[in-house]
Amino acid sequence: MSLWSTLNRGVFKRTSTFAVAIAAGSFFFERAFDVASVTIFESINKGKLWKDIKHKYEN
Amino acid sequence: MAATVGRICGARLFKNYGIVSPQVCQLSTSTQGWTRNRKLFLSTLGVVGGGVGALLFALEQSVQASGSEAHPPHQPWSHDGWFKSLDHASVRRGYEVYKQVCKACHSLQYIAFRNLVNVTHTEEEAKAEAADVMIKDGPDEEGNYFERPGKLSDYLPSPYPNENAARAANNGAYPPDLSLICSGRKGGEDYIFSLLTGYVDAPAGIVLREGQNYNPYFPGGAISMAQVLFNEAAEYSDGTPATASQLAKDVATFLRWCSEPELDDRRLMTIKAIGIFSFLTAIIYYMKRHKWSTLKSRKLAYKPVTKN
Repeated sequence: MSLWSTLNRGVFKRTSTFAVAIAAGSFFFERAFDVASVTIFESINKGKLWKDIKHKYEN
Repeated sequence: MAATVGRICGARLFKNYGIVSPQVCQLSTSTQGWTRNRKLFLSTLGVVGGGVGALLFALEQSVQASGSEAHPPHQPWSHDGWFKSLDHASVRRGYEVYKQVCKACHSLQYIAFRNLVNVTHTEEEAKAEAADVMIKDGPDEEGNYFERPGKLSDYLPSPYPNENAARAANNGAYPPDLSLICSGRKGGEDYIFSLLTGYVDAPAGIVLREGQNYNPYFPGGAISMAQVLFNEAAEYSDGTPATASQLAKDVATFLRWCSEPELDDRRLMTIKAIGIFSFLTAIIYYMKRHKWSTLKSRKLAYKPVTKN
């Protein structure tokens, strides 16, 4: 039995498990998407952001 | 208006096509179904809309060319670009320039000391900055106004109590508040940079009144503000050489931050929006292909009725 059909039978077929899968999936997707976006932003702007210069002023 | 639209669209507007039939009966893009009135209405709309747009563009262009002031050249700002954040070291130096030079005449009344925290200063530094100035507060229990050292929640104090005092102290000219100046002036930071570094002697034939200076980037040319940024006019705490152009660049970057403190968030949001919308576009494209596959791959067969 392939992974897809297992997933289909175990999760997507029943509304209750499907809803839980959507909620959990959106949580992890959003977290991963945010982290990825911020990583891209910080790599583009390396050295210009406050977090890159704050070590000079904190003691 | 509603009556006109109803007359042009006719009964079609209200017709119920059911769920499936629109896909089939509205596939045709021919204009056969359009009445004469409808064609007339839509073409008039197109001509009028396009004409108004072209007129506005032409008027805008002619106004741009008619002024006597020099147009500021574009500078390569480090925050120029879809994904580029502000250079926070430059913003911090710009704050130092504001504090040492601009603050003598210009207010910055919409910026509070708390706004500096985690942008240009640490919390301790911002508290120290606030404590350096005296803020008018009151009334106290006896109804008197008093002065106290600033707190993080205080806004930057203005050099003059009101506009009349500012005019009286500056030969009748009002030094504008700088909080939103970068968004409020055409050219933004380019204009500020050019203005601050662009002071020259008045050309022959230009008569300046007392206290006025000549600056080709200022509309009209006669500006009441004197040149303030010279080499070493301010002192940087991080050891950057304080040339006039460096001072102007940093203060322009600082003023861009004052006008748009959310600039970094917007740049980040651009990345997020491009990411999520490309993802959604891919899904929608797939869904469209999926739903249309039956329609696109069907075959119509002509089957003559045979006589038996």
